[in-house]
Amino acid sequence: MRDHPDYSLSRRDILVSGAAGIAATSMTEGAAVAGTSRPPDAPPAAAVAFKVNGKARKLSLDTRTTLLDALREHLKLTGTKKGCDHGQCGACTVIVNGQRINSCLSLAVQHEGDAIVTIEGLGTPDKLHPMQAAFIRHDGYQCGYCTPGQICSAVAMLDEIARGVPSHAQVDITANPEATSGEIRERMSGNLCRCGAYSNIAEAVAEIAGSRA
Amino acid sequence: MEFNAPAGPNLFDKARIVGKPTPRIEGPLKTTGTAPYAYERHDVVPDQAYGYIVGSAIAKGRILSMDSAQAQAAPGVLGIVTALGTPPVGKPATNNAPLFGGPDVAHYHQAIACVVAETFEQARAAAGLIRTRYERAGGRHDLEALVPGAPLAKGRDGRPDQRAIGDFAAAFAAAPVKLDATYHTSDESHAMMEPHATIAAWQGDRLTLWTSNQMIAWSKAAMAEVLAMDPAKIRLDSPYVGGGFGGKLFVRADAVLAALAARKVGRPVKVALQRPLMPNNTTHRPATIQRIRIGAEKDGRIVAIAHENWSGNIGGEDGENGSAQTARMYAAPNRLTANYTAQIDLPEGNAMRAPGEAPGHLALEVAIDELADRLGIDPIALRILNEPQSQVPGMPERRFSDRNLVRCLREGADRFDWARRQARPGQMRERQWLIGMGVAAGYRGGPATRSAARVRLDGKGGLVVETDMTDIGTGSYTIIAQTAAETMGVPLAAVSVVLGDSDHPVSSGSGGQWGAASATAGVYAACVSLRRKIGERLGFDGDAATFADGRIALGKRTLSLGDAGILSAEDSISFGPFKREYDVGTYAGHFAEVAVHAYTGETRIRRMLAVCDAGRILNPLSARSQVIGAMVMAAGAALMEELAVDKRFGFFVNHDLAGYEVPVHADIPHQECIFLDTLDPVISPLKAKGVGELGICGPGAAIANAVYNATGIRVRDYPLTLDKYLDRLPAVG
Amino acid sequence: MRAFTYERAKTPAQAAAAVAGTQGAKFLAGGTNLLDLMKLEIETPTHLVDVQDLGLDRIERGTDGGLRIGALVTNSALATDARVRRDYGVLARAIVAGASGQLRNKATTAGNLLQRTRCPYFYDTNQPCNKRRAGSGCAAIGGFSRQLGVIGTSDQCIATYPGDMAVAMRVLDATVETVKADGTTRTIPIADFHRLPGDDPQRDTNIERGELITAVTLPPPLEGVHVYRKVRDRASYAFALVSVAAVIHKDGAGRVAFGGVAPKPWRVEAAEPALREGAKPVAAQMFAGATPRHDNRFKILLAERALASVLAEIKEG
Repeated sequence: MRDHPDYSLSRRDILVSGAAGIAATSMTEGAAVAGTSRPPDAPPAAAVAFKVNGKARKLSLDTRTTLLDALREHLKLTGTKKGCDHGQCGACTVIVNGQRINSCLSLAVQHEGDAIVTIEGLGTPDKLHPMQAAFIRHDGYQCGYCTPGQICSAVAMLDEIARGVPSHAQVDITANPEATSGEIRERMSGNLCRCGAYSNIAEAVAEIAGSRA
Repeated sequence: MEFNAPAGPNLFDKARIVGKPTPRIEGPLKTTGTAPYAYERHDVVPDQAYGYIVGSAIAKGRILSMDSAQAQAAPGVLGIVTALGTPPVGKPATNNAPLFGGPDVAHYHQAIACVVAETFEQARAAAGLIRTRYERAGGRHDLEALVPGAPLAKGRDGRPDQRAIGDFAAAFAAAPVKLDATYHTSDESHAMMEPHATIAAWQGDRLTLWTSNQMIAWSKAAMAEVLAMDPAKIRLDSPYVGGGFGGKLFVRADAVLAALAARKVGRPVKVALQRPLMPNNTTHRPATIQRIRIGAEKDGRIVAIAHENWSGNIGGEDGENGSAQTARMYAAPNRLTANYTAQIDLPEGNAMRAPGEAPGHLALEVAIDELADRLGIDPIALRILNEPQSQVPGMPERRFSDRNLVRCLREGADRFDWARRQARPGQMRERQWLIGMGVAAGYRGGPATRSAARVRLDGKGGLVVETDMTDIGTGSYTIIAQTAAETMGVPLAAVSVVLGDSDHPVSSGSGGQWGAASATAGVYAACVSLRRKIGERLGFDGDAATFADGRIALGKRTLSLGDAGILSAEDSISFGPFKREYDVGTYAGHFAEVAVHAYTGETRIRRMLAVCDAGRILNPLSARSQVIGAMVMAAGAALMEELAVDKRFGFFVNHDLAGYEVPVHADIPHQECIFLDTLDPVISPLKAKGVGELGICGPGAAIANAVYNATGIRVRDYPLTLDKYLDRLPAVG
Repeated sequence: MRAFTYERAKTPAQAAAAVAGTQGAKFLAGGTNLLDLMKLEIETPTHLVDVQDLGLDRIERGTDGGLRIGALVTNSALATDARVRRDYGVLARAIVAGASGQLRNKATTAGNLLQRTRCPYFYDTNQPCNKRRAGSGCAAIGGFSRQLGVIGTSDQCIATYPGDMAVAMRVLDATVETVKADGTTRTIPIADFHRLPGDDPQRDTNIERGELITAVTLPPPLEGVHVYRKVRDRASYAFALVSVAAVIHKDGAGRVAFGGVAPKPWRVEAAEPALREGAKPVAAQMFAGATPRHDNRFKILLAERALASVLAEIKEG
């Protein structure tokens, strides 16, 4: 890779590191990197075995691989979406050992022996899960990108209510929660939908919960 | 097919499929995770490598050097495309900022490199090893400071964007009741859930891009400009788009760098923009400053109205015109609108859902509320009093095609129990919460543009529709299927729809609220052509026959559609000059009830209603979704969304979904949306206008007006976060 | 994200030894904060010691009538525990006010204590940040500081501790138990756990390298009304602008701490006797010497008014 000749390091190649740029200087440094060079070794790999949608899977992965990327890039289960990769949107929600988590903030190797359910494991176009069917009936989606996360989240969320996991929406934190409109909305708030299908999603979830949105 | 005169009675007036609430035909795919989005298309081409983009660390200046040796040597790295190693790529006319190449940096997080590796993890790690030296240049980053010298914007026709009717200054000076207020709206991010993403593959000199894009034909042409190549050798495929809102109208760095990187490494490359890059790397809705002056008689009749708008954009391109709707609103004889754009050194401003009107309503519809308050007149009554008649007040050469705004407001008032509102603010309280109600009118243009489609009888009883139209969540798949099923007289289930492929006929694409009206009209045109072809093949007049229930009837003769065998027709709709006499618009009455915490100023929405007038509603189920979704985005703009500008360094600081807060489930109550049963014969044969942008024009102002009604505090600076009025809330013990 | 090797430890002491003995090693529990930061190369461990198998996921009754919370008890499990909900309502409420259901299912008690700041300049590796890189400067000072600290900050750093759980723990006078590589254990009062930045903003806490949190202990329950009031721009899934953790007796006495205002949960015991007189005198004492910036000056008034809201609500019943 050669630099374009016109733009080589000919002028003012002074590097002001650190607090570069704050008013006082005109130079800055890009992404800070450690001073020492790293050898181009193959990255550390690790074996991991878990169940996905009831099926045993064994993978050898770069340790850096998130559960999300293991699903999407290695197992080609692309129903689980990458919206932000930083735990800020909920599109990557999957159900691990019965609990919903953000698969983007979990390394695949942390899940040895776990049972993972993704959107593909809930239902198929020919055999929809009741929550999937409710989303269709209520038009609880638009572009569809947050939808698998919303549905996985909703299924696991209703189970949380059944198990008595409390939420911010409760007036009495010691009481057993119910799937009210306010509870559904608070508990689903970790799943962003920029299309703004919230009102319809709440109706779909309420229908499955047997309550009113 | 040319649409040269208003539509008369036609088959859609007796429709059995069009106009009925219809679940999305692609719903089973979307809800099971089997609808394929751009980055996920493992099946389309083998051997895909991973690209990872590096963004500029400075907002303005030049790159002095890039040391990528360490990155190049990192495990798994296949190649690196750097800005310094690449002459600037072509800049399509639709893009305001440079996309890639050369040393110059025009905005923060402008792409400066793409690292390609065998795995995503390797590409990301290697990207962190590129060492770049910059020379930072000074820039202008503060809109407020740029207002005094800002010139008039160029406007759509290239003329200065200013319009005067009558004598505003004199009429305003003489008016007994006056309002002169200035409003600020913030820079906003589209923040669609699916990041911009592309898989690029070369076959010889032919390029295929599996991408996420709203406007296939524009973007195909743009990529040809970017790469200086023949557009015929480029194919885009974008069947599912995970949200766009204007942010995917144009090609972005993902497509450009996937293409360049794939060429460099000789393998298909896939690239998704990292979320933290998106707000600065891509486009945003520019902030505005809007001054509104209104003069009225004591009885509420507006005699003078002026709406001046300032925004900024990179390179001095036109920005966000908040005065766009004002020509259509309020029948004042003396008028002035002006739109100024400053050259500002921030990332590229470009279209976001209802560009212009969305922030414009945040100002205009609050100004009207302020005027009503001053006059002591109910804000709905004031709007009705000043509703224009047939002529467009700011464009007297045009008349309204079909406008029922007054009905929207009246029916909404009824439905929302508006009579319960206390005119004097600060009167309703529930424990620690102050309660208020607000209203706003809504206007958004109802454009339609040329759109083509192909329809095929597959010989097995199925009908296939093919067009490069996109479905970005708007419901295109379903309304297109409904239109084809209705026109060909087949059940909905017999129709399959293929979208987003540039090999198919060029449609309107998804933008400007024109997609639904244009694309369905194009499909209708193709179906009419197909009916003629069937007639020709089977020996009857296709125009005169009735197509229903899978059969064709003409006189006593009936045939099965299957008798036609395999047959295909392609046509487009185009719109004649008669439309220039009309202003085709969509209208809404927006209502909101909010609770503002008397101690902390937190605002929570309790109720929302939109009553919409947009002609025939093709699919009330998905149209409702379009409207309520836009209402959510409006709520975001009103209450929380703001790209915070670091005025020293010239970038948006809160550049991820934790820092840039969009509404969550808990922010949004049950929303109501009512459609009036209107028809607009000027728009298209289907008499149906779009609604996707109407829904964002007004709800934010209704919320702001409700906050005022709750508290008596008027905040003119969006978003209405509590820090802006905390010290004006009632004293507490 | 830099490459790293990965191991699962079997005992707390082994985990501590593994981290202490390996250059660049870090503990990995839930990972919800660490992985986020690793993706941005703000954290760059070369070795991760996964502590999920250590059996630190139980909540036990203490001999003094308090509770001992294992370091790996998830936020969800802690908030769901019947004893926590009944006897430590402020803690249960603080936890459910934080993050999202998904994150609370993964985030752990220890990890939450160690959660790093959400200062946007800390998160942007192009920007100078003394917490991320010693001596590089602080872009937040003079920049967009709306979310940042108003008290306890320094001219090196104005970041806040962003969490909710620890604010409640501060009011409850919790104690953090740790084990070091040599097997020795110690207890750290929550008041001394988080550090103020001073001239060394890189260190958020007084934990030493290789020191593993094993538990958090709560003293016997506090009588009174337990409240956690979080003020934020959107209704959920957002960091606090200001939060109030309080336990208030019938007679108006009590304890209070604020979140979102300082580099640590902010409690000034000396101000608490003033609670009977209302929010204003309490806030005045708690924010004496505050150094707010242009963008975050409102936090002081907001803290006072949020506390006033809490006190009024308790009074109204």
